[in-house]
Amino acid sequence: MVGSTRILPGQKIVNPVGNADLPLAEEKKLRRSIVEKALKALQTEIEEQRIMC
Amino acid sequence: MIRIVHYINQFFGGIGGEDKADLPPRVMEGAVGPGRAMQAALGKEGQVVATVICGDNYFAENIESASEEVMRMIRPYGPDVVIAGPAFNAGRYGIACGAVCRTVQDRLGIPAVTGMYRENPSVEMYRSEVYIIQTVDSARGMAEAVGKIVALVRKLVAKERIGKPSEEGYFPRGLLVNEVSDRTGAERVLDLLLLKLQGKQYASEVSRPMYDRVKPAPAIKEVGKARIALVTDGGLVPKGNPDRIEIRTATRFGRYDIKDVKTLNPEDYEVSHEGYDSIFVRQDPNRLVPVDVLRDLEREGIIGKLHDTFYSTTGVANIVEVMRKLGERIARELKAEGVSGVILTST
Repeated sequence: MVGSTRILPGQKIVNPVGNADLPLAEEKKLRRSIVEKALKALQTEIEEQRIMC
Repeated sequence: MIRIVHYINQFFGGIGGEDKADLPPRVMEGAVGPGRAMQAALGKEGQVVATVICGDNYFAENIESASEEVMRMIRPYGPDVVIAGPAFNAGRYGIACGAVCRTVQDRLGIPAVTGMYRENPSVEMYRSEVYIIQTVDSARGMAEAVGKIVALVRKLVAKERIGKPSEEGYFPRGLLVNEVSDRTGAERVLDLLLLKLQGKQYASEVSRPMYDRVKPAPAIKEVGKARIALVTDGGLVPKGNPDRIEIRTATRFGRYDIKDVKTLNPEDYEVSHEGYDSIFVRQDPNRLVPVDVLRDLEREGIIGKLHDTFYSTTGVANIVEVMRKLGERIARELKAEGVSGVILTST
């Protein structure tokens, strides 16, 4: 965490924006939902570091 | 008897303030200004034989040539040691003091000492090469600074063993020196723990790395027009690792072209990172650097543009200071290229 500001939990260390257990189509949907949350975080004003879910 | 040449700026030389900061260097016989305090502290042990006075702007604007000029003025006096400042919290004066000390050490082969306040930017610049006594932030601390400087000067000239930074009062120079202890590490750490539990003063043997807090950037207003970049510390690199990014304690980053790339192809990439099992990322690099999804979002107009390059380094067992510098460089490049926001993926 340290100095990070907008923090989003990813999937797992071994695949932060993926999930090797899912078939590709579902995995892409999951990846997209995480990235969309990331874009939302980029559009959110914050004063100090925050974990955004 | 210790022969000393003292370097000071136009202000401490009694010549003028900011209006005289362009003054080229000149030499005066004997001690001037704070040099007199140095002389008093030394008594019969030493003599400030000459004082070089130079304007802070003159020096800071021509560090190389001014260092040379000052060094040539000092040389004929054949000093045993040079003292510069102390500069306290003055930035330009600190640059001059640090540079004079370093030049004198390198070119004349004699020791040099200066003094600065911990927030003076020149501390970071020079402390690994020059003895910088820790001072308070202004000349109200002159007497204390002079005392510590002169004490260190005596030891340097006598070629005595110089003690630890905390003992002699100088900023740590980044040197590790082996010591023999009568207690094992286990005993020492328990002693420290007991002190801590009792609320007493204790000092760690190794200082912890200091992390800073970064102020969050303002939110992106119109993400549909924004250029978004991908950055990772998962060590994803093109096959062959052309930039030789290290598998741990990275000192480099790479920038990799993804212009017109719709999805990251596993045949084009490998992972240089010993901190996680990279098998899934190698199977599909989009699991780390989500190019495929960002392209979809770009095509649909949800973001303005996916930036043409992604940045990559390896985040395991890193030196905080090194990563801070890499991060600053990456950020500067991204800003210059019109990037509004970054998605940084980390393992």
